[in-house]
Amino acid sequence: MNLSYSAAYEDFRAQVRAFLDAAWTAEDRSRHGGNEVLIGRIARPDERVTEFRKQAIEAGYLYRNIPREWGGGEQSFDPLKSAIIREEFKRARAPREMVGQGPSMLVFTLLEHGTLEQKSRFIRDTLLGKLLWCQGYSEPGAGSDLASLRTRAELDGDCWVVNGHKIWTSNADEADWMFALVRTEPEAPKHDGISYMLLDMKTPGITVRPLRQMTGESDFNEVFFDNVRVPRGALVGERGKGWIVSRSTLKYERALIGDTDINRRTLDGMVMLAQAVERGGKPAIQDPVIRGKLMEMECRLAAAEFHSMRLLTMQARGQDAGLPAMVPKLYGTQLTYDIARLAMDIMGDGASLAPGESNAPAMGMFVHAYLWSLGILIAGGTANIQRNIVAERGLGMPRDPAQKR
Amino acid sequence: MEFGLSQEQVALADTVRRYLSDNCPGERVRAVMESESGHDAEFWRGLMDLGIGSLAVPEEHGGLGAEFLDLALVSEEMGFACAPGPFLASSLATIAIAAGDDDAARKKWLPLLASGDAIGTVAIGEAGSRWDASEVAARVADDRLDAIKPLVPYASLAAVHVVAVSENGGAALYLAETEAGGIETTALSGNDRTRRLDAVEYRAVPARRIGGAAAFEKVRDAALVLIAADAFGGARRCLEMARTYALQREQFGQLIGSFQAVKHQLANLAVELEPGLSLWWYAAHALDRIPEHSARHAAMAKAHLCDLFDRAARDSTELHGGLGFTWEFDLHLWLRRSLFDRSFFGDSHYHRARAASLAGW
Repeated sequence: MNLSYSAAYEDFRAQVRAFLDAAWTAEDRSRHGGNEVLIGRIARPDERVTEFRKQAIEAGYLYRNIPREWGGGEQSFDPLKSAIIREEFKRARAPREMVGQGPSMLVFTLLEHGTLEQKSRFIRDTLLGKLLWCQGYSEPGAGSDLASLRTRAELDGDCWVVNGHKIWTSNADEADWMFALVRTEPEAPKHDGISYMLLDMKTPGITVRPLRQMTGESDFNEVFFDNVRVPRGALVGERGKGWIVSRSTLKYERALIGDTDINRRTLDGMVMLAQAVERGGKPAIQDPVIRGKLMEMECRLAAAEFHSMRLLTMQARGQDAGLPAMVPKLYGTQLTYDIARLAMDIMGDGASLAPGESNAPAMGMFVHAYLWSLGILIAGGTANIQRNIVAERGLGMPRDPAQKR
Repeated sequence: MEFGLSQEQVALADTVRRYLSDNCPGERVRAVMESESGHDAEFWRGLMDLGIGSLAVPEEHGGLGAEFLDLALVSEEMGFACAPGPFLASSLATIAIAAGDDDAARKKWLPLLASGDAIGTVAIGEAGSRWDASEVAARVADDRLDAIKPLVPYASLAAVHVVAVSENGGAALYLAETEAGGIETTALSGNDRTRRLDAVEYRAVPARRIGGAAAFEKVRDAALVLIAADAFGGARRCLEMARTYALQREQFGQLIGSFQAVKHQLANLAVELEPGLSLWWYAAHALDRIPEHSARHAAMAKAHLCDLFDRAARDSTELHGGLGFTWEFDLHLWLRRSLFDRSFFGDSHYHRARAASLAGW
């Protein structure tokens, strides 16, 4: 155990700071608020942000695991340096890597399975946020059992003709392109009939309809395909191999949703809320039950924070984390819900007021967080699917016979 | 930045695990449980020969001067094996004497505790679940100790007692030797028969002051982290037993581990338990290196891990079906251990409330 960084790493930290002092000014810091959105809407970066990202990539601070040839920072694997960069960029409120399914999922799929042309056409612009992507996976009849998807693509001359219906598509209204799973071999067993396809969202026949979620806002969409003609070369990887092509990136999304920062911000905010809100004429935080519940959340969150330090160390040592690496998503999303749920108790009758209502404690932001916390229990694989994964891959329980693979 | 164990620490944990897996099977645990003293001298000698007694003893007194985390790792293994005996009691006495400022006491007792030739114990809490320094009622006047301590581990075996005594509204630590007389112990029937408790009355026992508030805090925080580590080890064992059973037991023509209800119960437990490890690792590290966090994180680790141990024992019992409810099957040994861990040195509600105050809430 040694929780400080060695001199070499502290030198590296100083370099990062010097870079940020020069490249990201005080004015930039006050104008831009970082980029922490994990699900929901992704903003198109302005020119100043893109300019900064180019410099940061050039310096090797962003997209370190992506070759320079394709617009990445290309650095040798060093999770401690990555952690330092994350810390310092956060401190300087500087933009880090683009969030969203383009940079976090599609890019890695293209690096592994894409053609030269696909790589050069898409990766660089995706990393800079010039191209925004949406993910066409879920369908009304294909959620946890994704491989049962029915959106089909049939070859007609030089084109695929796509018909079907995708749902829960974040950013479909803003996105330039979609990467999608479509059924190209209707006769094959379900996993073998799927291909991974790239579609230009401006193609005629694509209709995007906003989907209103329980928060009252529309952060997702439905996408309808009506005889959409897509060039034959739009597949990534082999025809019929789309399931395998898509696999590595789902894993990545799960890791992403396990981030502890958001829970930390919510819990710290809630402690302040409990100090401000009154119950029985005293601050709610003096209520022994509330106090104990808050500390229970603090214990669970602290455990998650130290656990991610442990995972970082395992990674730096080149150890295979196994079960510990499968934990954060389920643990973190459950905790997000429990924390937000506790906020409802802390607010007392204030929890009856809606987000945005000025009479509500903290303008109702915790109610908003509470409603959203139910969404993140589902996004990227529902909690019950996560439990199957942990039990089967982490604890060695027999695979479900209903799932062929 | 390394949030992980050193190679030496991994080797230490392996050594202890091997010793316990060879020398502490269920039959031996049960034999000790049913014995008069709750202590197996031969088993204890083997543990001491591994050097466990010297971990917390500074080098100048013939010990290893190890990090506190090393001792906590041993505690985890003891919990995993449901190892019986005065490990916790004697370790805490050692830590208290080492943390104190009485050189004569250190010279006399630390080598004896390090070798395991003497067993020590600590008498801290008082009747009515009073574990705070400010709640200690024990008094010393004219170097004579008068106190009633209702829960003292292995008091009747101990050659040396470290006793919390009231001082200026807080607590100090005094050392009393059994040889001097005046220590009256009454064996209690506890839930956990692998770690015995006595009620103790100290009547005008000659006692010397070995440390003040800092030493009291050190021994309390050390106790909380050692118990948290023991609880984690016990919880890990409960999960492992449930996992093994789910892969052996067939019902409706298939392994019960293939049912989602069973899978999900196991997954929930594993996912809650795994990050708990890092919580007590950090608390153990903080005790040596991050003094501003040591009290709060020790309290957090104690509350969190003991609650998890309770849950693991409960879930594992349920997953074992009728077998888990029998006396013959060993699982209840851990369930009983969890009752000790949760309640001894203050329960989870108490430590969460303390941690909230220490966080400045």
